[in-house]
Amino acid sequence: MQALVFDIKRFAVHDGPGIRTTVFLKGCPLNCAWCHNPEGISPNVQTVIKTIRVDGKEFKEEEIIGNRLSVEQVLSEVLKEKVFMDSSEGGVTFSGGEPLMQPAFLKALLVACKKEGLHTAVDTSGYAKLSVVQDIAPYTDLFLYDLKLMDDQAHQFFTAVSNKLILDNLIYLLENRHPLRIRIPVIPEVNFNQENTTECLQFLAAHPGNIQGVDLLPYHNMANQKYLRFKKENSLSSLQSLPNSSLTKIREQFERAGFETKIGG
Amino acid sequence: MSGPDLKQKSVGNNYPISLMMTERIKQLRRESLEAVNSINAERALLITEFYSKHLAFGDSVPVQRAKSLQYILRNKSICINDKELIVGERGPAPKATPTYPEINVHSLQDLDILDTREKVWFSVDKETRKAYEELIIPFWKGRCNRDRVMESMSPEWLNAYQAGIFTEFMEQRAPGHTVAGYKLFQKGMLDILQDIKQSRSNIDPLNDPAAYDKLEELKAMEIAAHAIMDYAERHALKLEELAALEKDDQRRRELQQMAKICRRVPAHAPSNFHEVLQHYWFIHLGVITELNPWDSFNPGRLDQHLYPFYQAETADGSLNKEQAVEILQSFWIKFNNHPAPPKVGITAQESNTYTDFSLINHGGLTPDGKDAVNEMTFILLDVIEEMRLLQPSSMVQLSEKNPDAFIERAVRITKTGFGQPSIFNTDAIIQELLNQGKSLEDARNGGCSGCVEVGAFGTESYILTGYFNLPKILEVTLHDGFDPRTGKQIGLHTGKADSFSSFDSFLVAFKAQVEHFVRIKLAGSNLIEKIFMNHVPTPFLSLFIDDCVAKGMDYVGGGTRYNTNYLQGVGLGTITDSLTAISLHIFENKSISFSEFVKALENNFSGAEDLRYRLLYKTPKYGNDDDLADAHLAEVFDIYYRAVNGHVSPRGAQYRINLLPTTCHVYFGSVMHASPDGRKSGLPVSEGISPVQGADRQGPTSVLKSAAKIDHLHTGGTLLNQKFSPAFFENDDAIRKLGQLIRAYFKMNGHHIQFNVVDAETLRDAQKHPERHQGLIVRVAGYSDYFNDLGTDLQNEIILRTEHESI
Repeated sequence: MQALVFDIKRFAVHDGPGIRTTVFLKGCPLNCAWCHNPEGISPNVQTVIKTIRVDGKEFKEEEIIGNRLSVEQVLSEVLKEKVFMDSSEGGVTFSGGEPLMQPAFLKALLVACKKEGLHTAVDTSGYAKLSVVQDIAPYTDLFLYDLKLMDDQAHQFFTAVSNKLILDNLIYLLENRHPLRIRIPVIPEVNFNQENTTECLQFLAAHPGNIQGVDLLPYHNMANQKYLRFKKENSLSSLQSLPNSSLTKIREQFERAGFETKIGG
Repeated sequence: MSGPDLKQKSVGNNYPISLMMTERIKQLRRESLEAVNSINAERALLITEFYSKHLAFGDSVPVQRAKSLQYILRNKSICINDKELIVGERGPAPKATPTYPEINVHSLQDLDILDTREKVWFSVDKETRKAYEELIIPFWKGRCNRDRVMESMSPEWLNAYQAGIFTEFMEQRAPGHTVAGYKLFQKGMLDILQDIKQSRSNIDPLNDPAAYDKLEELKAMEIAAHAIMDYAERHALKLEELAALEKDDQRRRELQQMAKICRRVPAHAPSNFHEVLQHYWFIHLGVITELNPWDSFNPGRLDQHLYPFYQAETADGSLNKEQAVEILQSFWIKFNNHPAPPKVGITAQESNTYTDFSLINHGGLTPDGKDAVNEMTFILLDVIEEMRLLQPSSMVQLSEKNPDAFIERAVRITKTGFGQPSIFNTDAIIQELLNQGKSLEDARNGGCSGCVEVGAFGTESYILTGYFNLPKILEVTLHDGFDPRTGKQIGLHTGKADSFSSFDSFLVAFKAQVEHFVRIKLAGSNLIEKIFMNHVPTPFLSLFIDDCVAKGMDYVGGGTRYNTNYLQGVGLGTITDSLTAISLHIFENKSISFSEFVKALENNFSGAEDLRYRLLYKTPKYGNDDDLADAHLAEVFDIYYRAVNGHVSPRGAQYRINLLPTTCHVYFGSVMHASPDGRKSGLPVSEGISPVQGADRQGPTSVLKSAAKIDHLHTGGTLLNQKFSPAFFENDDAIRKLGQLIRAYFKMNGHHIQFNVVDAETLRDAQKHPERHQGLIVRVAGYSDYFNDLGTDLQNEIILRTEHESI
């Protein structure tokens, strides 16, 4: 069994507890206007041309985005960091793209990681069949669950899919008291407004569960360069990055609702 | 002759000073920062007078040396700075720096260089220059130890030295590299005089052919012990004089109290907190006045030594924490008043800094193997953070048994971005010392000094002999033993580049060259050691390091319980990546012939940009946890380790290796063409065991994994530099993770790690506008320095070091 992986990042310190390795699986059913990993969207191998300058001379090279790797190959990369995971109660995080888009592989990897005693986290948009969520949940110690937009129409407009499935899956995990962190990318002109915050809080109040915290992720426009390389139109390219401090008010509201809340993840 | 407009460059006013500091300490700290580093001829004139008047004519050499120290301490001026609590300056004023013409007499040209150079500048006034011209140079020229050393070196040693294969530590400074142990803090001079008496009574002239030498050495030690007591008494008299004139009641009482302390120590064992610090400081001054030993002197495990005094006095109410902190801060400032003695030529290049490497240890284990972190450890860490001074250097020893709060406190200080404290692995240090044959208790009482060198504190003479340029030896191997820069055949004929049929046969040639140059270097070191034994013994230092007194033998003559000589390897990253490149492109892919490759290096890759592109971007690099790239690391280590280990010096020291550069990687790069890893001509080689600057692309955990593939436990210290942006330390969670990162590296037996916490933008701005960053201190390599005092190439290199952003 193989899956398409577009990056394995070591010393990831914002994707769950401790020192972690994050495995990025390629392919995503969403198409978020603010996506900072545009290379993760397509489920196919892609190539881009990179230019490197050495002593005034230009060298063009083809960069291949996406490697087909087996469970064993990914696991052996992940295990290289075991000493750091052990010292920090860290582990492995599967992200993307959307990791739930390659469910059989993800499950096999999660099982393999659990066998090695690793803490596992899945960073997901939640857009998958309920059966997929149910299938991997027993091997996932922590979900990093995106909650982007509460208004379904806006959700469809900005991400190309409805949020119904996402919210249903979240309700399932909350009702089963599965440990999770809620992650909210805060994007100017998209969800950086009081209505969305209020609706989020109402939703979470209506569905109590085992929420270990909320991460508010302020928009940054560092991916603009990536968009150029992928010849992908960036509809938000004119937006400025949000400073952490602009999210203080939102954080206070989540804290008042009883959630440990971090800005920047 | 006046210096350039850099006189105020060491002012640290840009950085906020905590409100915790008392007005007294603020004043002393400011005065220390503002004092101008200058050359002072007082000591040089006194020692010239002593020897030219034949004041010890006919005495044995150790006795002459002891009497010369006594002469200096009796006649040098006494300096008491306004409001200070710990007294004693090596020169007549803070940063007025003496010279040691008996070791190396500076020429008038040297003095001009010191007075005009931009970096590590020392002001030289007319009077000093005149004293040198008329009295000091005429007497010592041709008679100083440096002249003896250079005369004794073989032509092949001189050729290799000039080619930049190695440096020589004992050319301008004396051996030292040692640290105080428990005894120094528990005994007074009168106790040690008793020990000397006992030792003398044990000597058996009937059966011991060295009996007379021992008797003379003990006599010299006695004179030296009395000399420091007399010196303390001179301070007591001066303090009483000042007290009589003092109008402020509180200060008068202080001066009277300090006079009493100077009558108690160092003659008697210290009995309280203030006394123990003054006691150490007098001895420190004695060591750095007797000679100019490398790494000055060092109180070692200061939290362990001070804690019993602090505990007793705070329990009986005679001292509170605020008072203790103020005395400690006053003590700290004394170190900063004492820049390293001026270095010139290659010695200046290999260690281009005012820092004199007194590296204070905190934490670690007790002699019985328990967690040694105590309340004093945390107080000292507070002092380090608040004082923010270049000197003394500070480090923490981290054992598995130490609490997380300790390492997190230390990381929090490194976050403030002045490179201190550096972090060491106690459990590795102990194993390294045990591997060298130390007893478990002596190993647990040990630590690191200088940059990263392990030693058994209070019982070992561990002497650094010089840096060793591994990448340069590769260059010489590529040229069949010929050095293209000096145009001399300095190595063995091991074959022209095209004659090698396999990578293994090339490696055999490289190994032969390494062994060849190690033999030349160690032969030189053996002679130099004997020169010091015969001409420049150190009876004063010998009083404090066991078992010199008991054996009646000198510190430089094998009197200490353990004796080690180190040869410091430089450029491990550059040599590893160079071997990978040769193996891959010449022997595996056969994409270029060996002679064409060498030609491209000689031409600095001009017209060979394709090759350089492949070397930089298509060749595995050390530092990325890539087994292919790291494979040659073990080979180089093994070749170097086997070439050095096992040799024994005249005083019975084992030669061993460590891997650290100070600033020598810049000098070593400057004597080299382009190298096979893609480095261009003249640029620095890699430093310590850090990857080549910019070659690590997988983040810090990969660097640590690669670095852990070195057999640290068979070295006497390795140095790893990691640069983090301040953003990385943004919250408690991040600081905890850094602590855990360090613990993981130490679990893999890593010896040392240090953090540079500044963003590249700040550094670039400092380069452009040095005036805006006068107090900016950065971690260089085993020590911290003012960024403005670094050469441009070293500044560039620090900017280049990979930044591990927290994004």
